[in-house]
Amino acid sequence: MSDIASKVKDIIIDKLGVEESEVTPEASFTNDLGADSLDTVELIMEFEKEFNISIPDDQAENIGTVGDAISYLEANVSN
Amino acid sequence: MQLKRVVVTGLGALTPLGNNLDTYWANLIKGVSGAGPITRFNPEKFKTQFACEVKDYDPLNYFDRKEVRKMDLFTQFAMIAATEAFEHSGLDLASIDLSKAGVIWGSGIGGLKTFQDEVMSFAQGDGTPRFNPFFIPKMIADISSGMISIKYGFRGPNFVTVSACASATNAMIDAMTYIKLGKAKIMITGGSEASVTEAGMGGFNSMKALSERNDSPQTASRPFDKDRDGFVLGEGAGALILEEYEHAKARGAKIYAEIVGGGMSADAYHITAPHPDGLGATSVMINALEDAEMQPEEIDYINVHGTSTPLGDMSEVIAIEKVFGEHAYNLNISSTKSMTGHLLGAAGAIEAIAAIKSIEHQIVPPTINHFTDDDQFNPKLNFTFNKAQERTINACLSNTFGFGGHNTSVVFRKLD
Repeated sequence: MSDIASKVKDIIIDKLGVEESEVTPEASFTNDLGADSLDTVELIMEFEKEFNISIPDDQAENIGTVGDAISYLEANVSN
Repeated sequence: MQLKRVVVTGLGALTPLGNNLDTYWANLIKGVSGAGPITRFNPEKFKTQFACEVKDYDPLNYFDRKEVRKMDLFTQFAMIAATEAFEHSGLDLASIDLSKAGVIWGSGIGGLKTFQDEVMSFAQGDGTPRFNPFFIPKMIADISSGMISIKYGFRGPNFVTVSACASATNAMIDAMTYIKLGKAKIMITGGSEASVTEAGMGGFNSMKALSERNDSPQTASRPFDKDRDGFVLGEGAGALILEEYEHAKARGAKIYAEIVGGGMSADAYHITAPHPDGLGATSVMINALEDAEMQPEEIDYINVHGTSTPLGDMSEVIAIEKVFGEHAYNLNISSTKSMTGHLLGAAGAIEAIAAIKSIEHQIVPPTINHFTDDDQFNPKLNFTFNKAQERTINACLSNTFGFGGHNTSVVFRKLD
């Protein structure tokens, strides 16, 4: 697992209070991990803070699963 | 229209004297002080370095991690006290008409810590607004009644009263009135506060409202003592289940007391100082007695506002003597803030609980920390100094007054 993926998982576990085993790439924040719309906003903001980037709203709307978040960040975070 | 009678069928308390109802009451009667050095932040630069904090508090004993993150401490306290009161009442959710069940809560400030932390983090940044999406819903005072209603599905009247230190009493009076008017059968009411933060302590310190007796926190709250020097900030929550009398009787509920009437008034005088002649305090006790359709002579015990400030204690006593005349000297008077500190918007709730428990057990909790008589007070007044006193208690009055000149008073009576 990439460094980014592992940080993303840690943030999700912390913010959504879910078990590590639930945080699979296919897991949807809202349908599988119990997030509501505010939780989702908070997650995006945590990713921005952790990886020091800004995620535009129109792109944030497309990040609905754990896998979406990891691929977006892997593509946009400069190492 | 025939007004309904309203009774108290459940109680819950999370206080500096104990984290549940029974411990709170036991320590009130023992005369224990809840004061100690501040642990919630480093107070070394503050004029006052002590407070009455809730002890041994671990939110994870009550909530899961995700819930904790979404609730300011004042809401956590509200949920815990409300849950205890609901369980204490023996109500069965399945047999309640949820549209006739409501929540009216009180909080003087709301989520002060949340507000403070979010604004500080913004101020320390580069100006980019990165406010947490839970900032507003965690901070607003009314989220407490909202969260309680979500937990129980109560769809009746729901709001929070904000009148500084009178907030919880305003909440109880409103809750009682809605039941009297037939608009609800069951109400969860009370108040919570969690303002032992840098902003809370610093703000009250600047007003010169707090005791600065750092060398002796446990004797700092000394209402009616000659050397009183301000209040001691407290935190916590108290909750009451109010229920329409016939509803309570029909389900065979244990009834702790009847809540008979409430009074409300304003000093219309000054933002923080009480009216020197106790004008608002006088009228609020008269209003409460009128609402209860009772005579002053029927009251046995007054749980006073008595915060341990030089002016406030004086004006309340002037008012008591005006309202009660000679009967003032037959009363027991006590300020349980000598033990709990001042819980601001929750004070009225935990003090109402003290009054109700005094009716149940026929004993008046003391005003502790009495060392020196203040010769401004008539020695015939019985402030229940230092030790609980057993006596016949049929009816109690509980006073709370708030910055802004808000006065509230509520009457509880033994069910006949």
